[in-house]
Amino acid sequence: AGQPHKRRRTSEPSEIEERLESLICRVGEKSNSSLESNLEGLAGVLEADLPNYKSKILRILCTVARLLPEKLTVYTTLVGLLNARNYNFGGEFVEAMIRQLKECLKVNMYNEAVHLVRFLSDLVNCHVIAAPSMVAMFENFVSVTQEEDVPQVRCDWYMFAFLSSLPWVGKELYEKKDAEMDRLLSQTESYLKRRQKIHVPMLQVWTADKPHPQEEYLDCLWSQIQKLKKDRWQERHILRPYLAFDSILCEALQHNLPPFTPPPHTEDSVYPMPRVIFRMFDYTDDPEGPVMPGSHSVERFVIEENLHCIIKSHWKERKTCAAQLLSYPGNNKIPLNYHIVEVIFAELFQLPSPPHIEVMYTTLLIELCKLQPGSLPQVLAQATEMLYMRLDTMNTTCVDRFINWFSHHLSNFQFRWSWEDWSDCLTQDLEKPKPKFVREVLEKCMRLSYHQRIIDIVPASFSVLSPANPVCIYKYGDESNRSLPGYTVALCLTIAIKNKASNDEIFSILKDVPNPNQDDDDDEGFTFNPLKIEVFVQTLLHLAAKSFSHSFSALAKFHEVFKTLAESDEGKLHVLRVVYEVWKNHPQMIAVLVDKMIRTQIVDCAAVANWIFSSELAHDFTRFYIWEILHSTIRKMNKHVLKIHKELEETKARLARQHKRRDSDDDDDDDDRSSDREDGPLEEQIERLQEKVESAQSEQKNLFLVIFQRFIMLLTEHLVRCETGGIDVFTPWYKSCIERLQQIFLQHHQIIQQYMVTLENLLFTAELDHHILAVFQQFCALQA
Amino acid sequence: QGTRYDQERLLRKSCTLYVGNLSFYTTEEQIHELFGKSGDIKKVIMGLDKVKKTACGFCFVEYYARADAENAMRYINGTRLDDRIIRTDWDAGFKEGRQYGRGRSGGQVRDEYRQDYDAGRGGYGKTVQCQ
Repeated sequence: AGQPHKRRRTSEPSEIEERLESLICRVGEKSNSSLESNLEGLAGVLEADLPNYKSKILRILCTVARLLPEKLTVYTTLVGLLNARNYNFGGEFVEAMIRQLKECLKVNMYNEAVHLVRFLSDLVNCHVIAAPSMVAMFENFVSVTQEEDVPQVRCDWYMFAFLSSLPWVGKELYEKKDAEMDRLLSQTESYLKRRQKIHVPMLQVWTADKPHPQEEYLDCLWSQIQKLKKDRWQERHILRPYLAFDSILCEALQHNLPPFTPPPHTEDSVYPMPRVIFRMFDYTDDPEGPVMPGSHSVERFVIEENLHCIIKSHWKERKTCAAQLLSYPGNNKIPLNYHIVEVIFAELFQLPSPPHIEVMYTTLLIELCKLQPGSLPQVLAQATEMLYMRLDTMNTTCVDRFINWFSHHLSNFQFRWSWEDWSDCLTQDLEKPKPKFVREVLEKCMRLSYHQRIIDIVPASFSVLSPANPVCIYKYGDESNRSLPGYTVALCLTIAIKNKASNDEIFSILKDVPNPNQDDDDDEGFTFNPLKIEVFVQTLLHLAAKSFSHSFSALAKFHEVFKTLAESDEGKLHVLRVVYEVWKNHPQMIAVLVDKMIRTQIVDCAAVANWIFSSELAHDFTRFYIWEILHSTIRKMNKHVLKIHKELEETKARLARQHKRRDSDDDDDDDDRSSDREDGPLEEQIERLQEKVESAQSEQKNLFLVIFQRFIMLLTEHLVRCETGGIDVFTPWYKSCIERLQQIFLQHHQIIQQYMVTLENLLFTAELDHHILAVFQQFCALQA
Repeated sequence: QGTRYDQERLLRKSCTLYVGNLSFYTTEEQIHELFGKSGDIKKVIMGLDKVKKTACGFCFVEYYARADAENAMRYINGTRLDDRIIRTDWDAGFKEGRQYGRGRSGGQVRDEYRQDYDAGRGGYGKTVQCQ
């Protein structure tokens, strides 16, 4: 857009195409006329336009089938009506859908492929597709479970695609082909019994089974389908517009699905990760309102699927998303607010990662509260209370997300909360989940406001959990500290920096600082001198303490000094230690300084990892900010590798284009000569970039190995200590630490997959304590 | 026409947001915390009163990646910071001098003529104050 282009002929076709797209996309939305009459009208319009716009209409319908699954039955009805009027069109549509399905599977778009399969199966209800041919397709799906040497996640997907279509079409298929369906269901049962579920604990939000078990998604779906079968496939929740058109549709001729062979497994196939079904509500939580469908009812499945689909369709527009969620049909028959809140938290707490960026859920919930101010805030408060009550068994990563959500939410509502209701946590050990949660929430609330505000909003009894005043600690600040080594140099530095000294002047002042590590000054260079680092970094950070910008300017201005002092690995580690000593009351400042120092290469990622596991930080090891820093560090490393890789690919592409130009028939001597001249540098560039990529990838691998190694050391120490002392392994610290290890695997699983052989042979060997090895085995099971 | 086209192109590629309706007391740290929720922040530049060189209720937030700025527009725009609904807008990019208010008294133009009392933005508008 914005590019000057030839003036388009205001041709009718493009206007009509846009109108068709708009009509199709909007059918089913709030309207003055009934859905049935809208569908009938639209079918008539489309039928009339088929001669001229058939391929466009086919394309739009295929797209809405793929991208608007929450309106599945609206569109299958539409296709049914069109098929009744034009048999050939129906056939072409089915063929187009099969092509689209194959394409999706080829490019690993498995979530969208499920929607397509469901759409096809609902077309059986609309008399577009013959039931026996649908059963045949499902037979091919289920037979994937007989394939040898394929990942379980592959079989899982085909099973899921089959089972999750049954709420829509189970009744019809069973009526027409009960023997075949029984056989499929029994094959399903035996597959589900024999598939391994080692991965499940890693994906559960709570470790406890009460009040609601965190079921593996296929197990839950199977229970739901079994119950549906027991209820003779009676399903009453799904809106089925085609029922109103039965007399028309049953006159239509049906098509047979072509035999569908699932595309074979390849090295590039990436199947969806297994999931655990998140449940936090049941019918007892809303005694006044409509009854919430049970956890094994198919209604529950359909409602949750549709709500997830609505979020997937509208996540970029929070106001639309909220409105669409609240206008989900069946409002007076189901406790919709509870379903919505449960589905949103299901996504927010999903492991390994939420489907969308965390902050979206916060603002979506705020929009929902705005639209339903009389009811939704109460449900949300109830949910918060329940989540708080179950903190003891909540996965640490999920607690992180709960902390982020709750503090950000409160900041939009003047931090109003009935804190006294949570005074039970005040009598507990501060490391226990509940008081820890409140501390972290208050710290985050402070970051979004200011210290005194937090003191004001909590009862006085909560002061033990209140965050420290985020002030800097300068060890050379007081006259009483003048006996400290380096004190006079610190004073000198302070004056010099205030007088806008240069890096050279700083170096010469620092030369006078003795090195406590050395007896003689036999080297004139700047080797690791912890005292020099201490004096310089303490003084500079203290002078720049006013704001982030001041500190960043200081880092930039004296970058040379930093680089020199922190040249060695010990130097880097010591810089980080001093930063911590100065700013331990202000974790946010520590985080932004570490970020800047990595980006300006004062410290490297491995130094940060080693610092986090160092004994100096043991006291803060379970605090949230430490893990934010570590994961941010890993992400920077990952982005760095991607960036250089991209540069390499782009340069290779440039070289390829150049070769193509040169190889093409071109007698122009000048051109040949100039491109020859360019080739040299390009090839050199590629070689250099290749080296850069390899070195970055090696650094990245090393980072993960360091982290895993340190975890293993730390955990083994604890396990041995407990064993010899005869005490219970499962302390709050241990739970936190082992879940932090899990978090590394989960949050960076794609990268870590590359290192499986090294990890197995070097670190996670059979000699390892089984507690630690179990984490690795669960991770392996995720894509097995 | 050329400059408008350039301006639009800059906005489309921009990673920088203008943030308005801040309280004069809102700090860089608070802004960093809130806007950090949509991605890594490259820089925060506080808007300053041209005369007093103190915060005057706006700032620029620059991200490393445009996608992160887009998410800020989607999810942070129109929510509260320091109890105030803040507003974000695409910015063509910070240039030296743009950190200062352009109102006659040194603050933002909107605070020159404002009739209402806003405790977070110096009370009454400048013109009202001078009456």
